[in-house]
Amino acid sequence: MNTPCPQLDTTFRYETPEGIELELRPAGPVVRGFAWGIDFGIRAIAYLLLSGVASLLGGVGTSITLIFLFLVEWFYPVIFEMYKRATPGKSILGLEVMQADGSPLCWSSSLLRNLLRAADFFPFFYCSGFISMILNNRFQRLGDLAADTVVVFKESRNWSTKVPKFPPQPVPLPLSLREQRFILDFVERAEFLSVERRGELAELLLFLTTGSHKQAELALLAYANWFVRGR
Amino acid sequence: MHQEQFEKLYEPVWKQMDLQLARMMGSKKSQEQQVQGDSAGHEFASFPANYKKLCNHYALAKSRQYSPVLVARLHHLVLLGHQCLYTSKRSWFRNALVFIAAGFPQAVRQNARYFYLSLLIFLLPATVAGYFTYTDPVMIYSIMDDRQVSRMEYMYDPQNKKPGRDMERTAETNVKMFGFYIRHNISIGFRTFAGGMLFGVGTVFSLFYNGIILGGISGHLSHAPYGMVFWPFVAGHGSFELTAIIISGAAGIILASGLVMPGNLTRGSALRKVAPASLQLVMGAAMMLVIAAFIEAFWSPSSLPPEVRFAVAGLLWSLVILYFIFAGRKHGS
Repeated sequence: MNTPCPQLDTTFRYETPEGIELELRPAGPVVRGFAWGIDFGIRAIAYLLLSGVASLLGGVGTSITLIFLFLVEWFYPVIFEMYKRATPGKSILGLEVMQADGSPLCWSSSLLRNLLRAADFFPFFYCSGFISMILNNRFQRLGDLAADTVVVFKESRNWSTKVPKFPPQPVPLPLSLREQRFILDFVERAEFLSVERRGELAELLLFLTTGSHKQAELALLAYANWFVRGR
Repeated sequence: MHQEQFEKLYEPVWKQMDLQLARMMGSKKSQEQQVQGDSAGHEFASFPANYKKLCNHYALAKSRQYSPVLVARLHHLVLLGHQCLYTSKRSWFRNALVFIAAGFPQAVRQNARYFYLSLLIFLLPATVAGYFTYTDPVMIYSIMDDRQVSRMEYMYDPQNKKPGRDMERTAETNVKMFGFYIRHNISIGFRTFAGGMLFGVGTVFSLFYNGIILGGISGHLSHAPYGMVFWPFVAGHGSFELTAIIISGAAGIILASGLVMPGNLTRGSALRKVAPASLQLVMGAAMMLVIAAFIEAFWSPSSLPPEVRFAVAGLLWSLVILYFIFAGRKHGS
């Protein structure tokens, strides 16, 4: 694939055996920190509930609580990552865990990345993990490095936007495919922008558009229809 | 070809792919039923071909710079397809059985040198500390403070009706202690392993530290009146517990070896290469620690005569040793 301009975002690519590139957007320390916080809250509540009920059972109850605490400390993320692709905290924030080649997480990788949490935690509150994350381009903590996994943003599922129908109009001067795509991108994103902002952006293309905000915007819409639908 | 024509032409393929993906990623049960049934074969037979087409469409859409929303939609389909095609599904139960019967002892034998290194790092300080605390009763105070020492002495005092429990825990039931041992001991095993990721420093420290403490205590408590309570208590579960801690240490050292001695590989790929073996060792060690916790909670505090308990301990030790020497030899490695 041609990527003429240098990369500005954190997307990384994996080329599959079919010769296409998957694009994955790794999640950084801040959003993962929040996800961890949510999970911590869930775990704390579960523990309080269980220990409340278990205290009625005496010695057996304490034993169950301790074993539960052990399992939750080490295996809570493993279970959720394997069956739901992400812990509840990660899900809420739109993250999921996968192998660095984009395939689904396997048991051994999930176990490995979560057992090595202890190393990431060292010496206190995920210091090592944080340093590891900011030192590599996929935001992998130590456990991720050993297990070859990444935490990525789930793709948003809004495929409904279409270029609105409008009488097409040819562009006054030839544009490269990449330039055409920028215009398409603008038209598709238009409904998420305010009217003023749309006008402002459309007006920037002085060599293509003339006149007021509204006119400039409609001109771009007409060009976009030309690119997508032709005459 | 204009984008609209392209979309019209291939929309049926994408729709079908959508359906197939939804079914494959849907509930596991329905999926298994589908795979077993005859009709299922037909339904998914076209999946790989569709996936190939889809990859082709994605590449086309991208190189022709079709609109970003279309490209993103195709990318999403491709990503899900990739995950369905390249997934591995095996019965974890069968895997676990094979692992216990053959995989784990094989892995330990293959990594014997790391096991011996780990044993050395633990045993050397343990022997030295044990020697000094045995010959000089005051030496124990240079390892632990007097509160900890009196707690230890209380635990293995013949007057104590519950050997192995300190003042706070004398009233606890065996069941509760089981929970305590599970959490405490397996966490030590896991941390010893994870320490390998810090270039092995954490692992070596954990082994060395536990060696000094356990060696020191053993030396100190070998004297009367504690000796005849202490040794029968620890001899049994020590077989599984100590071996498991050494194996956790070996797993940590394996991880560290990838980081410290990567050879011709980058540190990252060396690490990923050795990681699976280290995981096998630490998971096996965790299973051993569950067994050890069971023995420690329910068998070790028994009041049977020491001769019987030493005999059982001998049996357990030989069981562990024979397991690691012979188990899984026939099962092709």
